[in-house]
Amino acid sequence: MRNKLAERIIFAGVDVGASRTKAAIIDSDKNILGWNVRKSGTNFTLSSNLCLAEALSMAHADKSEIRIAYSTGYGRKNVTFAAGSRTEIGCHAKGCYHYFPIAMTIIDIGGQDNKIIKVDENGKRTNFKMNRKCAAGTGAFLEEMCLRLDVGLEDMNGLAADAEGIIKLGSYCTVFSATEVLENIRNGKPLADLMKGIFYSVIKRVLEMDSLTDKVLMTGGVVAYNPYLVKMTEELIQSEILVPKLPQLTGALGAALFALESRQQ
Amino acid sequence: MTQEIKPIRKKIEATGLMNKYMAEYFHELDDASKSRDRKIAWCTSVGPAELLHSFGFLVYYPENHGAMLGATRIATDLIPYANAIGYSPDICSYLTSDIGSYLTNNTPLTKAYGIKSVPKPDVLVFNTNQCRDVQDWMAWYAYEFKVPLIGVNTPRTPTEVNDVIIESVAKQIEGMAVELEEISGNKFDPNKLKAVMALSKECTELWKEVLSLAATKPSPISFFDGTIHMGPAVVLRGTQHAVDYYEVLLTELKERVANKVGAIEDEKYRIYWEGMPIWGRLRQHSDLFAGLNACVLASTYCNSWIFSDFDESDPFTSMAKAYTELFIVRSDAAKEEYIKKMIKAFSIDGIIYHDAKTCPNNSNCRYGMPRRIETETGVPSITINGDLNDLRMISDEQNKTNIEAFIEQIEENR
Repeated sequence: MRNKLAERIIFAGVDVGASRTKAAIIDSDKNILGWNVRKSGTNFTLSSNLCLAEALSMAHADKSEIRIAYSTGYGRKNVTFAAGSRTEIGCHAKGCYHYFPIAMTIIDIGGQDNKIIKVDENGKRTNFKMNRKCAAGTGAFLEEMCLRLDVGLEDMNGLAADAEGIIKLGSYCTVFSATEVLENIRNGKPLADLMKGIFYSVIKRVLEMDSLTDKVLMTGGVVAYNPYLVKMTEELIQSEILVPKLPQLTGALGAALFALESRQQ
Repeated sequence: MTQEIKPIRKKIEATGLMNKYMAEYFHELDDASKSRDRKIAWCTSVGPAELLHSFGFLVYYPENHGAMLGATRIATDLIPYANAIGYSPDICSYLTSDIGSYLTNNTPLTKAYGIKSVPKPDVLVFNTNQCRDVQDWMAWYAYEFKVPLIGVNTPRTPTEVNDVIIESVAKQIEGMAVELEEISGNKFDPNKLKAVMALSKECTELWKEVLSLAATKPSPISFFDGTIHMGPAVVLRGTQHAVDYYEVLLTELKERVANKVGAIEDEKYRIYWEGMPIWGRLRQHSDLFAGLNACVLASTYCNSWIFSDFDESDPFTSMAKAYTELFIVRSDAAKEEYIKKMIKAFSIDGIIYHDAKTCPNNSNCRYGMPRRIETETGVPSITINGDLNDLRMISDEQNKTNIEAFIEQIEENR
């Protein structure tokens, strides 16, 4: 069995985000064999190595089997085993088009970046926008809110989904929003309604970045763990939203696909 | 580890001559400021400098000083001093950093030329063709130095610069002559004005030719080179030195064109920069683009010191026309026509819009222009957020990712 596996040719993609590092292992037929997500921490080289090791373990593969690895994300230049790198914009587009080969608008909500990426029916990027210099509406905003409310990140989705009403926030600013939330708590407003308002704030920040065209697809860690946020977005834009099977992995998958393509060129 | 590509940029040999002329210019101002044997006028960068020269004033440009504060990356430390006396962090960061520089007596002229402080003005002259901030900037110094403040209020955002506008501006410029006679102690001499206008025109035509060489492939000059080498067009126009300098620069660049030498190694992508430079990141951006084989080779910013309408036989009207037909003064409709011509003339693959936080008047992406131009021309664009001088407004990593992703997009779509 081991010998047979050792003959495989595999490709790796690692997405070192500001918050989380993601790795994906694929074979020549673009099947995902293994993957992993872990905190990026402060040592991106270490986290990318550990993340890759876990993904390889899941794929029952050895590092020596990797034909080519590509990196992406904020810490892409810190990945020592990568032969090449691409920006996360390009990798998300590549990874999403792999799942859904159609013209689409991708909304990626990351740890400190939000992106809106437009892809045509041939998988080519036609446009993209990143959030302006402020991190309002990103994962960092949600983390700050959870910290202030003493709510676990894993509890956000359930709370928002259980809300009977919604308390919308007025400010762009994360710090002022937290003050606004605490003021509402002091006034006896339900936590669930506030959490739904916090989700609403994230969605509004994203939707004001660009117009949405074609089919809409959502990715990123926030989407992976908060399906209710996707449901709220669907209600707001009055359209069904596609979510890939592993929404946090599309960047890493895209990097692995670029690695595969580079071998073919 | 993926390797950072070491960019190769070509050094312009004429730089030494430019530095010599610029040093002489600042020392002449410093000497006059100390001895008071010649009058000094401060003037906005696209103000009626020719008129001031004709009265014998030495002309100093606070915006040039602002750019130096930005390029030397001391502006960000100085801005808070102006904020603390009531000048908002949201207004022009040339203004706030320059006032901060004055308040703390910290000027890049000291390190560059051994000059302790900026020259003291005898008169402050503005033209609001750029923005209102230049007037308020000069007003601060008028109060501080107790010297006269005079200027031109140009109607802003016209699509067509018609005769009514030109006549109004021309009369305002002409009207300043009366006050300038009194301040300078010299009678207005139309022949002197004509002579200065002729020199300015010569400078402008040479500078225009320098920038037009970027239409060749590969481009012999980059936008980042242009932001440095436009110095003489800004502060020395109307003098022989400016003409002499651009003749030398032009010869060198023509040689590059003849030998197919580009400003960067292996130019693959041709980029247009719209808006202000980010002065404190010139080197970083120059390296970033060069490393991506992208030559940022044209801009409206560097073209702002081309005054083709100058005509010595009709100085006031032609000055009014030249200073009002500038890109920055105009409506979005006029600006868009201009940019579309530039895209064609310079074979542009993509446009970078710089949304400068404190410079709304020269951030041309705020009223839907990028999407309109992209739809009409098919040339893609991105907007990066930053500022001319206030580095607190910049997220370098985000800008880098944006720019890299943009070049990737151009490459993928070829």
